Amino acid sequence: MMETVKRKYVIPGDVIITGPYRLEQNVYQDGERIISTSIGISEIYENAVRVIPLSGIYIPKTNDLIIGKVIGHSSLSWEFDINSCFIGFLPAQDVFGRDYSPTKDELKARLDKGDLVAARVANFDRSRDPLLTIQDRDLGKIESGELIEIAPSKIPRLIGKRGSMIQTIEMATKAIVTIGQNGLIVVSCEDPVGLLKAIEAVKMVDAQAHTPNLTERVKSMLGVELGENNDTINE
Amino acid sequence: MTQLMNENGIRCDGRRIDQIRNVSIKVGVLKNADGSAYIEFGKNKILAGVFGPRDVHPKHMADQDSGILRCRYHMSPFSVTERKNPAPSRREIEISKVIKEALQPAVILKDFPRTVVDVFIEILQADGGSRCAALDAASVALVDAGIPMRDMVSACAAGKVADKIVLDVNDEEDKEGQADMPVAYMPNLGKVTLMQLDGILTPDEYKKCLETAIGGCKQVYEIQKKALMEKYFKNGEA
Repeated sequence: MMETVKRKYVIPGDVIITGPYRLEQNVYQDGERIISTSIGISEIYENAVRVIPLSGIYIPKTNDLIIGKVIGHSSLSWEFDINSCFIGFLPAQDVFGRDYSPTKDELKARLDKGDLVAARVANFDRSRDPLLTIQDRDLGKIESGELIEIAPSKIPRLIGKRGSMIQTIEMATKAIVTIGQNGLIVVSCEDPVGLLKAIEAVKMVDAQAHTPNLTERVKSMLGVELGENNDTINE
Repeated sequence: MTQLMNENGIRCDGRRIDQIRNVSIKVGVLKNADGSAYIEFGKNKILAGVFGPRDVHPKHMADQDSGILRCRYHMSPFSVTERKNPAPSRREIEISKVIKEALQPAVILKDFPRTVVDVFIEILQADGGSRCAALDAASVALVDAGIPMRDMVSACAAGKVADKIVLDVNDEEDKEGQADMPVAYMPNLGKVTLMQLDGILTPDEYKKCLETAIGGCKQVYEIQKKALMEKYFKNGEA
């Protein structure tokens, strides 16, 4: 399938292609022309056109796994800084269960200001702020680890194709890396050397996200044997 | 009055009539801003910083259906020969408004309801045509911030000096010349987003002046493009 993907560097206003194609993210149509709206890498595959952006803030999407920081609470919900232009809401029922009562339960006892939480976006549309949930495996308060902030637009690169990049980092350092789609990442590792290596690798991806053969270079930095090249922006 | 053009058609700063000043743009110069750019347009030195999309304050300005764009054009007290009072003057308020309206058709803020994109432009040194240079920097800074845009906005002025239509008037020509026409243009869509005219032109001169200015915008566009490529794609090949 790789041969059918065409890549190009584009800036806003660049005409990617003309003709009948399906529009995906960061493109729009002007007559016959399909034009990029962001700086990034354009991809044409199976009649669809999209641009992978290289800058920009995080826009919540339903089902995204994100990492948020508690910035406060009312009697019914917590508010989260989710590294976006919107504030995330976590209703108290989600944590205490259906029989939550504002008079009986104390929200502060579970999550306090400054706590980091891995959550999933349960619902988001343009009319209201994103609703979060922690009702799933591996979600909830993060007790330990090192927090790293990278550009949200570079998260897909950190994960890699079918998770290749993140698997490489996790296997080489024995670290557990929790990636929030909003650009916040928590790395935890029992071995301090592995922890530092993993952090370095994540930062390296952030700095060099748009360059070719990145997996190869991350591998050599981590001291892993070079395998097949499953990382391609060669064109 | 100084002589603005000699008999060979060379202007007071040594340029030909169809030549723009030297332009250089740097992208991402401010760490704390979401996007930024620094432009040197001849002797103009201008910084532009973009923040957002972010929460709107005051809240009543927010639009439930779309994001809003705000713009501030400000001249530093040391940007001109005589100290300029740092309080926003009538002229700065007007230029802020026209720059905002020149950028508005380019940005797509539909996906960011209840938010604002703030554009701050600081003139460090002024030398005529600063609104055009400011627009060029602001447009690059918006791209750097990752704000979705229909097209880049490139701006350049043209004017009438010593009875000739010239490209990119400088401070001296602006003050002594017969007309000054700043134009902002979306080069891929072929649309004009700003056109002002100070002075008197005949219909034929007007047409020529607009064409000259658009030609200048296209030259500036190439420089903007190069500056962005430099920052984002330096290590790789397309």
